[in-house]
Amino acid sequence: MIGRLLTAALLSGVLAGVLISVVHEFTTTPIILQAEQYEARGASDQAVLMRSDEISGGRFYLAHDGEDHAEGEETWAPENGLERTFFTTLSNVITGVAYAALLVAAFYMRGQKMDGRTGVLWGVAGFVVFALAPGMGLPPEVPGAMAAEVSARQTWWIFAAASTAAGLWLLFLTRHAVFNAVGVLLIALPHLVGAPFAPLGGNVPPELSAHFVAASLATALVFWAMLGWLAGASYERFVLRTETDG
Amino acid sequence: MSDQVLKASIAAQSIAQRAIPVTILAMLGVFLLYGVGFAQPDVLHNAAHDGRHSFAFPCH
Repeated sequence: MIGRLLTAALLSGVLAGVLISVVHEFTTTPIILQAEQYEARGASDQAVLMRSDEISGGRFYLAHDGEDHAEGEETWAPENGLERTFFTTLSNVITGVAYAALLVAAFYMRGQKMDGRTGVLWGVAGFVVFALAPGMGLPPEVPGAMAAEVSARQTWWIFAAASTAAGLWLLFLTRHAVFNAVGVLLIALPHLVGAPFAPLGGNVPPELSAHFVAASLATALVFWAMLGWLAGASYERFVLRTETDG
Repeated sequence: MSDQVLKASIAAQSIAQRAIPVTILAMLGVFLLYGVGFAQPDVLHNAAHDGRHSFAFPCH
């Protein structure tokens, strides 16, 4: 069984990862590259630790970052152009497979009929869990944006995603009114607690940041709709059909 | 094969039977997600940089 589930997750994840890489290349990536110009420019006149970097010509870490990045320390980074596109695509494929594995696990846990069209509904739920809910407190960031300490943001992001996932499951997939109510509470909880506070006043123009938020969320919906369909269709093909055919 | 039978064949498996594959798959997903979106070593960060920003993982 695990082999068939893995086949469905791998196939749909790799495909969705490759497809979203093409979409990102024309939507979010140009904004990231543009923002890096401001990030690099701003870094020189701020009290920040500089690190020479071939990608951006300087990536800065906020003084309260809390991480040790020695000045002048060189770390590998992909060269701009084909190499950078390759590694971005590779990382998107891994993200695709990761999300596909979680989605297929949810299909199997639910244990019901599945196809591409039903998969899209699950994909929309994935969008809410992994993009919309974390994005409410931590809007998608361009390089150079001001932000709270990274581990605090990561913790809240994971909390928001996990709480929303559990909440949606209880709200839509259980029939008991108490469970439904707990579901609503779990969806609201991360926002009642609140995301780590981010200072204002980065170097990237707010117009560019706003454009990036829209592009990131819109492409996330495209990604999740594609992944939902692909995962649903391959789950039907590789898990359900094989199972009933014997 | 009717929908009813399809549905019954997976629903008939015990929760325990389903729990193991679900756990393995979820752990794989979380492990990959951690590596691509959350791990802090510079090399991983730089390789996945644009993807992390586009998918709105907390970065930097």
